[in-house]
Amino acid sequence: MNYFDLTFYVFAIGAVVSAGMMVFSRNLIYCAVGLLFALASVAGIYVLLGADFLAATQLMVYVGGIVALLLFGIMLSVKFTGVELRTGTLQMLPGLMIAAGLFLLLVRMVFRTEWAVNQPGEMLPTTSTIGKRIMTDLLIPFEIASILLLVALIGAAYMARRERT
Amino acid sequence: MMAVGLHHFLVLSALLFVLGLLAVITKKNAVTVLMGIELILNAANINFIAFSRYVDTDLDGQLFALFVIITAAAAAAVALAIVLNIYKQMRSVNLDEADTLAG
Repeated sequence: MNYFDLTFYVFAIGAVVSAGMMVFSRNLIYCAVGLLFALASVAGIYVLLGADFLAATQLMVYVGGIVALLLFGIMLSVKFTGVELRTGTLQMLPGLMIAAGLFLLLVRMVFRTEWAVNQPGEMLPTTSTIGKRIMTDLLIPFEIASILLLVALIGAAYMARRERT
Repeated sequence: MMAVGLHHFLVLSALLFVLGLLAVITKKNAVTVLMGIELILNAANINFIAFSRYVDTDLDGQLFALFVIITAAAAAAVALAIVLNIYKQMRSVNLDEADTLAG
């Protein structure tokens, strides 16, 4: 077992354990912390796949941004008087059965399909290629994404503000 | 034990996807449902990047994953605004209690 495999298993087990903590914990703060570590481990997986720019983006956008946003959402929407910082679960047994069945189906699909695997090449820095691709053949999706972010920003700020009429 | 390859990443992604789905269908709190959605999007991203490394060897998968991250950020912001509005209206973010429109 070489270092690549060892690193993969470390990050994979980290991601799955913290995602499991997120799913099965009843405390909302534990859920958020589990999600935080799961997303950080996924960034490590991205590095193992040679996606250095995406790993940095993952750390900045998800770990730095979305988890903080979710924590704000938790803090602003609980009653601090009691033990309301908890979440209940609904229909755990059917949910577990559906999840396990889907997982078995997916794993079966993964191992029964003949993937056209190429020998992966050397890991090169991807940032400059991604920048060139975004500015040339992906320019229109890029601009649409910018407009989407602007619209989401304005819409979220408008919806979340206090009404003063 | 076989060397880590495409299958390992796909199985990891399937596992994260299933955990995210479990969070979406079993949690009562709207914010935790949102966390499950983020986990599902991350599982999809692992698939995109793994295929981009092992099958395509071009960067198309990574670019697609980048746009998924952008969309997820926008979705999280809007969804949290909606959750805060629900909390303002009903004093609760439990999805099974937000049933004003139900007959």
